[in-house]
Amino acid sequence: MQQLETHKGTAKLQFERREGGGTLLIELAGDWLLEGRPPTFEAMASALAEEPKPAQAAYETSDLGEWDSSAISFLVQTSQQLRTRGIVEDRSGLPSGLQRLIALAQAVPERAGARATPKRENLLARIGAAGIAVGSGALEYLSFIGQSGVAFSRLLTGKARYRREDFLIALQACGTNALGIVALISFMVGAILAFMGAVQLQQFGASIYVADLVAIGMAREMGAMMTAIIMSGRTGAAFAAQLGSMKVTQEVDALSTMGISPFEYLVLPRMMALILMMPLLCVFSDVVGMLGGAAVGTGMLDVPLRSYYRETISAVSLTDFFGGLSKSAVYGGLIAMAGCLYGFKSGSSSSAVGDAATKAVVSGIVMIVVACGIFAVIFNVLHI
Amino acid sequence: MSNRVRAPGQPHIVVRDLTMAFGSFVLMRDLNFVVNHGDVFIIMGGSGCGKSTLLRHLVGLIEPAKGEIVYDGFNFTKAEPQQRELMLRKFGILYQSGALFSSLTLIENVALPLAEFTKLPPAQIREISALKLALVGLSGFEEYYPNQISGGMQKRAGLARAMALDPEILFFDEPSAGLDPISSRLLDDLILQLRDSLGTTIVVVTHELASIFTIGNNSVFLDPDTRTMITQGDPKDLRDHCPDLKVRRFLSRAAEQEIAEVSHG
Repeated sequence: MQQLETHKGTAKLQFERREGGGTLLIELAGDWLLEGRPPTFEAMASALAEEPKPAQAAYETSDLGEWDSSAISFLVQTSQQLRTRGIVEDRSGLPSGLQRLIALAQAVPERAGARATPKRENLLARIGAAGIAVGSGALEYLSFIGQSGVAFSRLLTGKARYRREDFLIALQACGTNALGIVALISFMVGAILAFMGAVQLQQFGASIYVADLVAIGMAREMGAMMTAIIMSGRTGAAFAAQLGSMKVTQEVDALSTMGISPFEYLVLPRMMALILMMPLLCVFSDVVGMLGGAAVGTGMLDVPLRSYYRETISAVSLTDFFGGLSKSAVYGGLIAMAGCLYGFKSGSSSSAVGDAATKAVVSGIVMIVVACGIFAVIFNVLHI
Repeated sequence: MSNRVRAPGQPHIVVRDLTMAFGSFVLMRDLNFVVNHGDVFIIMGGSGCGKSTLLRHLVGLIEPAKGEIVYDGFNFTKAEPQQRELMLRKFGILYQSGALFSSLTLIENVALPLAEFTKLPPAQIREISALKLALVGLSGFEEYYPNQISGGMQKRAGLARAMALDPEILFFDEPSAGLDPISSRLLDDLILQLRDSLGTTIVVVTHELASIFTIGNNSVFLDPDTRTMITQGDPKDLRDHCPDLKVRRFLSRAAEQEIAEVSHG
């Protein structure tokens, strides 16, 4: 076995003044390798700053072993420093490979204006920019609502172009496929409502009114609200991701250059499906939530199932029930809007699609809660 | 396939004073060129100089900052949306990635424009779509989904879809990008056959020299440094006789020598 002779130990850097200090001799020795510990540029900088200023610089590399990018990067920096300080550089002492690579690194001068300079703006400017962003975001929503209006009117006159299959697939995706998760969450919410009520109502011996609490709570608010939040996370995010990745693969471009409106073709079936399916899911959620309440009522509070059922039936009016349903249809529209809007706005990279999905869910949930508040005021004024 | 009477040599696409800009950043200005009927027109230039952006302007995906694009005397830039939609049906576009609809099979992809814009019965639409797939050498792959076939096959399927409505103009965005030399040669042959048999005007964005000389008979050269076009003409003539050194270098692949000169000098 023959040992490789190239190993010359760790990288070393030394300086020597010659010709009465007029020439700075830069000595590179040892192995200049990235995995070793090549000298940093600071030593070089301080040597260059030393007085008196040398007129020229030369290199001495007879003890230089292996070298890689660490040496090149060091020498390119050195060369730049020498030039800015007006010191003449003599590269003849370097190995020819290094000379060529340095020349290559300096062959194409930096393109003016190509370097991006990160700008730090003051607080006022940033507040202003945020305000403008809110305004333009609101405008986008408005124009999206306008476009949906146009698309729906074309749908009613039978002019809208979309594939029926897409509509049916969307119906399945945001209807039947969501039943499991909606059942689970609604059951838990019903049970939690019952628990919370039971703690207070038991003190008055009024356990039977747990049935009223759960029934009215689910029918008026919680059924629609919980379904909406589940669907926002499930379907809103899916819409945004689907449309976003279709933008990345230029499928949206392909549609519009075919003369097919991407809005009608992609948004319409999804929006219709969600607006249609949300009330149905809401009915399902109401019933399962009441079952959850009943499980707590009969199991823990010893209310007979029969009387729990009768109490529930007498507590909920049809108005409560349809109030919840109409809310859920509106929530469905909001979720579909957030999902599709952010999907269309998505940039064309994989992280942009992820951002679009996140934004769709967050703004979907915010809109649901705001809409819920507005509904509460309206229902209160109308005495519903 | 159609065999409408067309006049070769008559101007088909006229671009006047086109300026492309994103906000205040001007990408290219003062573009003026003419594409004639039956041309295979190459948009060439270095990477990132705005070739694909020019194509997106030509098909109306981006509005020009200034200037106009005229098809057969019909001003596309100033057209009303309905008229524009009619124009769009005369275009076939092959996107860089193919842009096939990933939720549809190949034959459904090709059938989509036919189903939307013709009143043909479904059986006939299927036959025509199968024919288009056969023309690009994809018989037997009708029921495959785009993610089940190779990149070259996706491009050919995209071409079949672009040809679905017998377009008067076919646009190709980097057709040979990501293809091996033989597939890209086959695509070139296909482009020439389309031109010769149907008289379709073809606009190609590419920087593949082999393709440029094989298929192109007219071209425009975009220069990122001056932010405008340098010249228009047959790429073979430009290689040998263009007064501009940059164009001759590009077409004779002289960039490497140029770098070598700098590092030695």
